[in-house]
Amino acid sequence: MNVAAATGRLTLDAIGEIGRIANFAARGGTAWFLGPFYWRAFGGALARIGYASLPVVGLTAIFTGAALALNIYEGALFNVEAFLPQILGVSIVRELGPVLAALMVAGRCSSAMAAEIGTMRVTEQIDALSTLSVDPFKYLIAPRILATTLALPLLVLIADIIGVYGGYLVSVYALGFEPTHYVTNLVDFLSVDDVTSGLLKAAVFGFLISVMGCYYGYKSRGGAGGVGSATRTAVVAAAVSVLASNYLMTSLLVEV
Amino acid sequence: MTSTPVKVSIRKLEKAFGDNQVLRGVNLDVAKGQSLVVIGGSGTGKSVLIKCLLGLLKADEGVIEIDGVNIARQTGGDRRLMARQSGMLFQSSALFDSLNVWENVAFRLIYAEKKSRKHAREKAIDCLAQVGLAPEVGDLAPAELSGGMQKRVGLARAIASDPEILFFDEPTTGLDPIMADIINNLIVERVKALGATTISITHDMASARKIADEIAMLYQGHIIWRGKPDEVENSGNPMVDQFVHGRAEGPIQMQVRRDFVSKK
Ligand SMILES: Nc1ncnc2c1ncn2[C@@H]1O[C@H](COP(=O)(O)OP(=O)(O)OP(=O)(O)O)[C@@H](O)[C@H]1O
Ligand SMILES: [Mg+2]
Repeated sequence: MNVAAATGRLTLDAIGEIGRIANFAARGGTAWFLGPFYWRAFGGALARIGYASLPVVGLTAIFTGAALALNIYEGALFNVEAFLPQILGVSIVRELGPVLAALMVAGRCSSAMAAEIGTMRVTEQIDALSTLSVDPFKYLIAPRILATTLALPLLVLIADIIGVYGGYLVSVYALGFEPTHYVTNLVDFLSVDDVTSGLLKAAVFGFLISVMGCYYGYKSRGGAGGVGSATRTAVVAAAVSVLASNYLMTSLLVEV
Repeated sequence: MTSTPVKVSIRKLEKAFGDNQVLRGVNLDVAKGQSLVVIGGSGTGKSVLIKCLLGLLKADEGVIEIDGVNIARQTGGDRRLMARQSGMLFQSSALFDSLNVWENVAFRLIYAEKKSRKHAREKAIDCLAQVGLAPEVGDLAPAELSGGMQKRVGLARAIASDPEILFFDEPTTGLDPIMADIINNLIVERVKALGATTISITHDMASARKIADEIAMLYQGHIIWRGKPDEVENSGNPMVDQFVHGRAEGPIQMQVRRDFVSKK
């Protein structure tokens, strides 16, 4: 086959897919606000996505913070006791907290969403919803999107705190820093903007992760194999969209 | 035919998937309170027909009238309004496995009609009793039930909000003959009690004879025969004859590679 033609077709396919995902996201994102509200479905999603992700996000944050402290210490040439908390704080709050938490949630939740919704699709449960006068977008999609979009900033906030604390532990107990110095250097240097930009990113990541999980689950076809490949695609799409949108948002946020 | 008003009327219904023209102009009327059974070989489009009627698939062409209102072009809210008066028993039961049995049965009451959970639960237990299941079953998960029990729960869910139209997609497939007969009896009994109009599809001729007021046969995208259950034996139609008597030889050629099958 002609290479140019193949590339063209791939590009068109990709644009078509992005269009379908955007359409799906718009439907899922707005469905909630039109009511009826399925609070029970929302609460369940919040518990599964937010609360149950705490341990894995916390572990990721504490180890990352600790390792980061060692790396910065190793690389610093002078005044490390002032620099370390500052660099560590900014790195975690602006970049690593949101991205790592989002990647963990992407692995945990977009796969679970795709598998749940995909199984419901291939076992006709989604058709059954419609025949029982319940809109699948309101009952299945919207609560998950809303829950993830709200939960991820909270998770990131917790990840920020735990990550910085991981750095603190290493600095104080392994590197022999003065505890109060660590805290004052960190607090003086970090701005509110640093924190809010990270949380804003997190909300976008949460939205993207849940859209990918729901979209690939919703359109899966053909039994267990279909659900399996939907799950795989969902995780990859969620992770890639987190990383790509992170670059995009960072470049916008750094400008202002 | 009869003087009772027509509940469901289908005209020139067409549905294709790509090159696969499944329905090629189906015409069918069902009178109010009647039970129609659609028979036909595997893959002739029986499920597609029912899904078009339910709005789960969008028909390419044609008219579907329910109480004289064309719903074939309706979408979204209007469509759900119409869905409100129908109930569906899926071939696979399609119970929600994240909810327990009584929540499944009461699903429409809780989530669409916004009834209190207490009221919905009472109604669900009542519906379970109607299909011969004890109240304790209500607290089990669907996965803990046998296939026959799942079918009964599916039936209870379909009838829970007293629908005017009921759809049954192969209600007895995969059940032992006794359980199949129990389900058949339940359908006949419940439908009589509700006064509902029903459209069922099945391969199972025993079931068809039992639950049908009329039988229609779908073949190559058309309804090729329609008649009373006692006429089906001597329909004079070679296709119906072959189907009813389950013969491999006849005008209907299944898509089977015989050479390949016999070599194995
Ligand atoms: N969603 C779909 N996408 C593409 N093709 C489909 C779809 N649903 C059904 N078909 C095709 O339509 C045809 C009819 O399918 P249908 O499920 O209605 O058969 P059926 O009469 O119910 O058969 P069975 O008795 O085996 O259940 C088949 O050729 C099938 O491949
Ligand atoms: Mg079928």
